[in-house]
Amino acid sequence: MLELNAIESGYGETQVLYGLSLEAQAGRVLAILGRNGAGKSTTLKTIMGLLPLKSGEILFEGKRIAAQPFDIAKSGIAYVPETRDVFPSLTVRENLEIAAKRFSRDGADWTMERVLDLFPRLGERMDNGGTQLSGGEQQMLAIARGLLMNPKLLILDEPTEGLAPIIVKLIHDKLQDLKEAGLSMIIVEQNFGFATSLADDVVVVGKGQVVWTGSADDIKADEDAQHTWLGV
Amino acid sequence: MAHDLGFWTLQALNALQLSMLLFLLSIGLTVIFGLMHFVNLAHGSLYALGAYFAASLAAVGGYWMGFFLAPVAVAGVGILLYSGLIKRMRKSGPMAQVLVTFGLIFVMLDLTRIFWGDLALAIEVPALLEGRLAFLGVEYPTYRLFIIALGLMILAALAFVLGRTQIGAMIRAGVDNDAMAACLGINVERLFFVVFCVGCALAGLAGAVAAPLLSVTPDMGLQILIPTLIVIVIGGLGSLKGAVAGSLIYGVVQTFGAVLAPQLASVLIYALLAVVLVIKPVGLFPAKG
Repeated sequence: MLELNAIESGYGETQVLYGLSLEAQAGRVLAILGRNGAGKSTTLKTIMGLLPLKSGEILFEGKRIAAQPFDIAKSGIAYVPETRDVFPSLTVRENLEIAAKRFSRDGADWTMERVLDLFPRLGERMDNGGTQLSGGEQQMLAIARGLLMNPKLLILDEPTEGLAPIIVKLIHDKLQDLKEAGLSMIIVEQNFGFATSLADDVVVVGKGQVVWTGSADDIKADEDAQHTWLGV
Repeated sequence: MAHDLGFWTLQALNALQLSMLLFLLSIGLTVIFGLMHFVNLAHGSLYALGAYFAASLAAVGGYWMGFFLAPVAVAGVGILLYSGLIKRMRKSGPMAQVLVTFGLIFVMLDLTRIFWGDLALAIEVPALLEGRLAFLGVEYPTYRLFIIALGLMILAALAFVLGRTQIGAMIRAGVDNDAMAACLGINVERLFFVVFCVGCALAGLAGAVAAPLLSVTPDMGLQILIPTLIVIVIGGLGSLKGAVAGSLIYGVVQTFGAVLAPQLASVLIYALLAVVLVIKPVGLFPAKG
């Protein structure tokens, strides 16, 4: 579904990715693991067009991905950033509608009702401003907003970052529901247990390249790889 | 010194009228800055152009032709500016933007001199708005009341569009976080272009309505630039509320300062600016994000 071939990217003059290649399959969950600074978030930002692709190619559904983030979003990729990036001057309802109205169509999988069924807490906070939400609620809103784009692929960067264990469990269960519903996902995550319990496939990134590829069960069994690349 | 109620009403109306003019100018500039972090110092020159276009059009077809067409003409100039200069300079950083748009002020100043000459132009107030009206116990020039009403109408329209419509939510989202807005499928560049054109048209409208009150001179854009920047800095970047608050504060301090403490009038607003910068450097009501 999404193929990264020898991509190079970074921030300004600082190169972070050095020929990184990976593939995410349709209907499966791919976890990208790695230590801090390995290039996981840079990979996601490059996919979304937020960082310039210096070389290599990114193919989505067999076609070269668009250059601009808004075209990439329209092609069917939703992005939930590490910082959640809920719009603070918009209410919860507006945050959701801004995605819903742009991507609604007849027969769409995700409607406002369905995301509010998934995250009932948001339904109680519809008229609250984006800044009045807790970290967990912001994460729910960011995921709900992504789902309302009716994406073919949902990309999540560190969905458990800074959340209380009870909320991490809730987010895990919701993402598990999405997986079972057949949604393709890429998850970048520091929490090894969280990532490997959700993922089908795993790639480990180290120093801007993929250093390990396999299934979630493989990495759980490979203590050597865990120790070398993840410090688990 | 004792003043009667009429005095206070009169000065309050004067303050409101100045505030509304500044609001028309500052709202475009502040949203352009908030949305795209673009510093357009030539915004004041568009106000001057609006006044000149209005003067020329009024000479041909009367005041109302200038009133309606000057903003359109200034938006046209805005489109040329955007395609020729601003689009290319989007990523070049604030210093380059400040220098180039500061240079543009002088280019536009000289262009207005070449086309319209150095002599001040004047526009007649339209017959409909001549004279004075009794308002809140004072006799006040109808034309100035018209400016206040026009400013309030545009404020209400902008508040509706920004607060209640999908495009308004998109603009607010873009001001909060343009990268995330783009990741939701919003073409922020196109949104910026629309906002830029509307901002130019409002600057042109401010020039057109100010023209009958002030002499239309080549440097009027330069003169209004500093007050507009003060409004934006006091109010906070990127927000409608900030533009309204900044304009009202400027209008009140400037107007009441001039009559109550004339010897301090020229420094009062700068002192207030300094206080705001010390206490709340981001301004009173910045766009969140």
